[in-house]
Amino acid sequence: MAEIVSLTDAVAAAIRDGDAVAMEGFTHLIPFAAGHEVIRQRRRDLTLIRMTPDVIYDQLIGAGCASKLIFSWGGNPGVGSLHRFRDAVENRWPGPLKLEEHSHAGMANRYVAGASGVPFAVLRGYRGTGLEGLPGLDGQPSVRPITCPFTGETLTAVAALNPDVAVIHAQHADRAGNVQLWGITGVQKEAVLSARRAVVTVEEIVPELRPQPGAIVLPGWTIDYIARVPGGAHPSYALGYSQRDNDFYVAWDAISRERASFRRWLETDVFALAGTARAKSEDGSGS
Amino acid sequence: MSASGTAVTEGGTFTSDQMMTACAARTLRDGMTCFVGIGLPSAAANLARATHAPNLVLIYESGTIGAKPGWLPLSIGDGVLAETADAVVSVPEIFNYWLQSGRIDVGFLGAGQLDRFGNINTTVIGAQYADPKVRLPGAGGAPEIAASCQEVIIVLRQTRRSFVERVDFITSVGYGDGPGHRERLGLTGAGPRKVITDLGMLEPDPVTRELTMTGLYPGVTTDEVRSRTGWDLAVSADLQALAAPTGPELAALHALQAMTPGS
Repeated sequence: MAEIVSLTDAVAAAIRDGDAVAMEGFTHLIPFAAGHEVIRQRRRDLTLIRMTPDVIYDQLIGAGCASKLIFSWGGNPGVGSLHRFRDAVENRWPGPLKLEEHSHAGMANRYVAGASGVPFAVLRGYRGTGLEGLPGLDGQPSVRPITCPFTGETLTAVAALNPDVAVIHAQHADRAGNVQLWGITGVQKEAVLSARRAVVTVEEIVPELRPQPGAIVLPGWTIDYIARVPGGAHPSYALGYSQRDNDFYVAWDAISRERASFRRWLETDVFALAGTARAKSEDGSGS
Repeated sequence: MSASGTAVTEGGTFTSDQMMTACAARTLRDGMTCFVGIGLPSAAANLARATHAPNLVLIYESGTIGAKPGWLPLSIGDGVLAETADAVVSVPEIFNYWLQSGRIDVGFLGAGQLDRFGNINTTVIGAQYADPKVRLPGAGGAPEIAASCQEVIIVLRQTRRSFVERVDFITSVGYGDGPGHRERLGLTGAGPRKVITDLGMLEPDPVTRELTMTGLYPGVTTDEVRSRTGWDLAVSADLQALAAPTGPELAALHALQAMTPGS
């Protein structure tokens, strides 16, 4: 059953050094504030999992939290490269980063398999690409051809993903810990249901969830910790609450390009916020 | 027109980006379903919808189906896409039910490197995957878009660095190593139909599947396209002269750009 706690307590309780952590949110509802708390708590040796390790994982990788990355697209959407990700892969700074690389369709299906409790998912994909032959983090391929038992056709199997922890941001939770998100809902439901533990940050804790077009509801008993963090998806956005801060995504290119400017940003925009309202969030009693 | 500069049409001055965007937009027919990537493909698809293809169905990999943005979004998940869509579905659903099933007519892709058979690399530059010279973003939705859309349009600038004899890594399959390869791999879509560059247009030879220059923009010469291609480029015997952007095309593009927040 979900406990409503501060963000600091949620991260401290749910995420340990060495964990495989999936922070999901496809452009929308990206749990940036939770990522910053992971940086402040100086977690190390994480296996980061995410379809699009955009600016949020650029920050975690540059801060030295990760040793492995499972992903399908590592860029700054509409802007260009992720400089901290590239520095890690090309120059091993601040340390080596081992990759397990897929396509979006493959990653989405890996979460589906994990959420469904089966060891793999089947899709038409990867055939003829270089991705087919790549080793996974354990040295074994996580993509293999499979013969359909009914038609004999060759399809592709991708290994299930079962992260230790899933972290997402949502618009609402009620006091019983039921979580509701709407707009672009990405792969968050699958990420939560594939993971052993789940942390959710929310814009608001409401007395009662109300119907919203296209909304997903995750019952409180599928979640471990909920923290109220208004604006916790910034610079991404929460439909109904905020707009995507496209200027920040553009500015990130310059902030992250050099190690020194990135470190200055870490100090002023992450570490210096320890203990402030934005970093601590609230336990919901103030709403 | 020169590759990087501007040129003049009866509709006004235009850049090579605007020429590419207009040329890419013209490849789309009204009523098509179109899987759109961000950047120039998104600009082209929105230009088509604003001009000759008002019923074009724009589908973004964020799960927004039938999005009708009034401006050019920066990301595939900007709020305007969800707010104007006919339906918003999850990421597993957009790839499985909509793309993999063959429901989407045309996919628009960019590339880091492209080879003579239309294979795309967006993964690494350099011979060693584990120790790359340049780490590119990776696959995203492209491998399955290239496999399963009924046809694919590729958009990228033509240089010797990007148009290579052999890609360093096959992220997305075009025609593989030539005729019959897509069929042997069981790929359901037909593959690349056109490549739109800042010099003109390439199309696959119907027999050999090799990309062949079939159209040039005003003022571009065959020597210029050959010098900016990393393989011995085939040029069609009946090369088309591709029209400069028209006044209405430029006006629609300017309107989309003017509406874009922060522009």
